[in-house]
Amino acid sequence: MNMQTSKRYDAGVKEYRSTYWEPNYTPRDTDILAVFKVIPQAGVPREEAAAAVAAESSTGTWTTVWTDLLTDLDFYKGRAYRVEDVPGHDDAFYAFVAYPADLFEEGSVVNVFTSLVGNVFGFKAVRSLRLEDVRFPIWFVKTCFGPPHGIHVERDKMDKYGRPLLGCTIKPKLGLSAKNYGRAVYECLRGGLDFTKDDENVNSQPFMRWRDRFLFCQEAIEKSEAETGERKGHYMNVTAPTIEDMFQRAEFAKELGTPIIMSDYLTLGWAAHNSLSKWCRDNGMLLHVHRAMHAVLDRNPNHGINFRVLAKLLRLLGGDHLHSGTVVGKLEGDREATLGWIDLMRDRYVKEDRARGIFFDQDWGSMPGVFPVASGGIHVWHMPALVSIFGNDSVLQFGGGTLGHPWGNAAGAAANRVALEACVQARNEGRELEREGKDILTKAARHSPELKIAMETWKEIKFEFDTVDKLDVQHR
Amino acid sequence: MSVQDYTSRLSDPASRKMGTFSYLPEMTKDQIRKQVEWVVKHGWNPAIEHTEPQFAMSNYWYMWKLPMFGEIDVDAIIAELDACHAANPGNHVRFVGYNNFTQSQGANMVVYRGIPV
Repeated sequence: MNMQTSKRYDAGVKEYRSTYWEPNYTPRDTDILAVFKVIPQAGVPREEAAAAVAAESSTGTWTTVWTDLLTDLDFYKGRAYRVEDVPGHDDAFYAFVAYPADLFEEGSVVNVFTSLVGNVFGFKAVRSLRLEDVRFPIWFVKTCFGPPHGIHVERDKMDKYGRPLLGCTIKPKLGLSAKNYGRAVYECLRGGLDFTKDDENVNSQPFMRWRDRFLFCQEAIEKSEAETGERKGHYMNVTAPTIEDMFQRAEFAKELGTPIIMSDYLTLGWAAHNSLSKWCRDNGMLLHVHRAMHAVLDRNPNHGINFRVLAKLLRLLGGDHLHSGTVVGKLEGDREATLGWIDLMRDRYVKEDRARGIFFDQDWGSMPGVFPVASGGIHVWHMPALVSIFGNDSVLQFGGGTLGHPWGNAAGAAANRVALEACVQARNEGRELEREGKDILTKAARHSPELKIAMETWKEIKFEFDTVDKLDVQHR
Repeated sequence: MSVQDYTSRLSDPASRKMGTFSYLPEMTKDQIRKQVEWVVKHGWNPAIEHTEPQFAMSNYWYMWKLPMFGEIDVDAIIAELDACHAANPGNHVRFVGYNNFTQSQGANMVVYRGIPV
């Protein structure tokens, strides 16, 4: 018997840092790494608070228990291995924690986050806590399911190349009959959009049951395809009160031969979403993912979960599109942070880049990329900036910016399509979109009365509120 | 300006579009050259395809010869586009930039528009 490994049971409360703070630890390639922004309670030292976070999100509890001695806690425990100042914030610090592979079930995003953002977020020793980034090791990435198809397969299926895709959310969000709703879809698609979208809260209300909506929208897709000679889709929302209902709706969408459905991954629940994502790959269905509730989790700069983490976990769960924020429209979005997480959605390997809020290198292995979706409060005047910021592999969605056109949806759609193609053509010709945007759009409008009117309608609209959740990159 | 009609029709073959840039006026020679340069600049493999307009919705248009792997001479690529157009009057002719890293097409655009039927 090796006397050094045996320990005696010593009941009572120990300081967390005696077990869970290991500044000399070198993280292993197989560890899941996390960085939290911590504001501890007054008088709690950083190392102790960091160790407490590591303990409470892994093996620890508030007191020593005799059963600790039946296992090898050093093998299983999470370790706080580094603390860092948060630039511009005197009370907060970053705590880096490494979790060994064996703490987690393979392929289970649910399991990882039940640990990482579980009880620890209500823990008394910290005043607030925010999960800023997570590094998923390649073994975990490879055991997750990932996007049903990914960006390049979607391009092949939809026959769309060399430009961002164009969409529109049908409005008013609630209250239209299925037939009138289908009319709005048809008008958008015949005017030149690739996709239209159910709003997130359109499920199966008394004014429009899901089955009726799916049928009318499918007719709109088929007629607009025949009319324009291009492939079209409508994100049929299968988000439902039960998983059985969700699959019933998905199966019906498949029977109709529609190319894409949608879900809301946060309100639906991750396990249900993961099941749907698997179903989508098995059934050749593209999956658009909305993110209702994200701002509840990600908007407070001191507490919650940064959206980059929610974006990474969606890529692991599976989805072909995910709303990412627009940077330029009515919704929240810091430009550099948004650029960071759209890279995390699309790229094969993303390097640490603090200027974009990325704390770890992330290797995605062979996992396909997710289209970021820019949606909300955007119109033709935003097009040059959007094409410049998002590049080709994105979906740009103009709701009011299509439906609010003075001549109706088809004209609004055509205006957006002309503006998009003019910007892509100009970019390819080497012009600088954000500087020359006005000239590019004005010239394009000479051939498109629809665009000309759109430019006159929306010229003055701006959203210039300050961003609430800014990156902590400099001392303020 | 008073409200205008959007005149796309099932019965009018001229309403059919053909992907990226088909909502813009047909490209001039100079504009085509710049798009060819864009593909070459990215290291994508140039390729040419064509079809009768009534079959444009098929995934597989006719290949004009083989993709021009490694070709970076813009004039040579334009000469092939013109040759395909001359040999297939009335067809859509599209220019493709194959990206072998993504196994997708970085660019795909109709540069000569066929006669709608």
